[in-house]
Amino acid sequence: MTPDNILTALFPDGHQVRNDKGVLLGSATRRSGTCMLVLGVADRTAVGVDEAIRLSGHVLGSIDRDDGPILVLVDSDSQRMSKRDELLGLNEFLAHLAKVLIYADMNGRPTIGLIYGHSAAGALLATGLATRVLVGLPGADPAVMDLPSMAKVTKLSMEALEQKANSTPVFAPGLSNLAQMGAVQMTWNYAAPLADQLEALLADMPAVQDLRDMLGKERGGRLKAAEIGERVRDLALQAR
Amino acid sequence: MTAPLRDMTPAERARSTSFYEASARTRLELLLDAGSLIEFIGPEQREVSPHLRIFDLPEQFDDGIIVGHGRLDGSPAFVAAQEGRFMGGAFGEVHGAKLTGLLRAAREIGTIPVLILFDTGGVRLQEANAGELAIAEIMRAVMEARAAGVKVIGLVGGRSGCYGGGGLIAGCCSALAVSEFGRIAVSGPEVIETNRGVEEFDSRDRALVWRTMGGKHRRLLGAADLFADDSVQDFREAALELIGLVGPFGLDGLKAEQERLADRLRRFGACLDAVEIWTISGIAHAETIPELPTDQFIALADRIGRTSRDAR
Repeated sequence: MTPDNILTALFPDGHQVRNDKGVLLGSATRRSGTCMLVLGVADRTAVGVDEAIRLSGHVLGSIDRDDGPILVLVDSDSQRMSKRDELLGLNEFLAHLAKVLIYADMNGRPTIGLIYGHSAAGALLATGLATRVLVGLPGADPAVMDLPSMAKVTKLSMEALEQKANSTPVFAPGLSNLAQMGAVQMTWNYAAPLADQLEALLADMPAVQDLRDMLGKERGGRLKAAEIGERVRDLALQAR
Repeated sequence: MTAPLRDMTPAERARSTSFYEASARTRLELLLDAGSLIEFIGPEQREVSPHLRIFDLPEQFDDGIIVGHGRLDGSPAFVAAQEGRFMGGAFGEVHGAKLTGLLRAAREIGTIPVLILFDTGGVRLQEANAGELAIAEIMRAVMEARAAGVKVIGLVGGRSGCYGGGGLIAGCCSALAVSEFGRIAVSGPEVIETNRGVEEFDSRDRALVWRTMGGKHRRLLGAADLFADDSVQDFREAALELIGLVGPFGLDGLKAEQERLADRLRRFGACLDAVEIWTISGIAHAETIPELPTDQFIALADRIGRTSRDAR
């Protein structure tokens, strides 16, 4: 799927989203005639300092000027792994992008992430995982880390890792595994018009509250997170 | 002759204890007022990771993080300390959920600051999906707490540094204190080398690692607000100072951060090495920065004056 196909299917009434070296910036017209801010990463582009600052700037420029929801399209590589990006403080640039998206969402600009291709690690944290609702499209293949890097860090062989990846949802890459964790709230399909599925979600957006741990528990992917978080919260409220 | 430990005051013990060498538990005991730490879901509860056994890996009864409540100079504080010696301090499901729960309570109360003692390689790859999502939940919880008026202070000076998603959480904090050993980055040296080759980054070149990701560079860039000596007492004083300095969080701070980071790219975007950045910053003999003693370095960093205060 190309970003053009996705955008045309999402916004049959037209869009003004430009793809500049894998960075998507613009806006689009919804079925209702209202405007929606659009940004994202396309063509499996790595997210480095140069990409992140443009994406965050696009959202910040819109906060005072416009209203309405924000769509974040995701088909990226991981964060850009380079000496230059780390030298310049990539962690701050990625955190800043996530912060801007979270701020917008908390202040009347509901955010939706749509992962239609790849993404990984820090790039996913700064984009899709920083939105209120992350939606997957069939064929998307998010991964926290590629297997060669994992092999290096865990000191396990590629064979052993691939074997475990087939049997372990908590560790294995893939859309359905992330959905089971509660990270991807829903998966759309190409059988129905994407524009209809987008409008249906916008008409029924969940409240501004992070419920991903509860979702992960319901779906059996993370049986402990919600309970541990809740217990610590209760103890902390009593301890003050 | 050094005095026996039992004859020392807590402050003297903290002064003489290396933050880098200490365990997470020792760091908290010496950072907080003596005897004030109350731990939530401590090791006696044996809430271990449910996933490590798949890899035949040993568990730890606190899953590598201590969360709790204590006092700092008499005032209440929530604290979280990662144990870098267990699984590289990495975020797993239980480990991450403890910090998320702490931040959610802090948000509801609104007035008690949170200190996060980072010591992490990032996501625990054996439970990568749960760990990645835990980091996303923590980032959200940090921002919601800050929006509610909570000061979230990060302290970075441990063995495992502050890598991967830990670097992103650090970037969400209200302020950071870092020691020379406090490396902050997203991709670790080995990961860059594996993916891009030794020509891009030689992970065995320790001097390169320190000057690209280490505490001195992060302080000079303005990524960290304070530089601490490698003692628990110095981190305690830094935490107290930062709690006093941090202003309210809001849209102005994010706009200022956008400008701060864009300015950094304009000024240093073409630099190939930290020494070039330091030189452009106006530091004479920038190549001597790695050897500079702490007091001289702090004086220099203060003179350069670059901080992220009110711009994060």
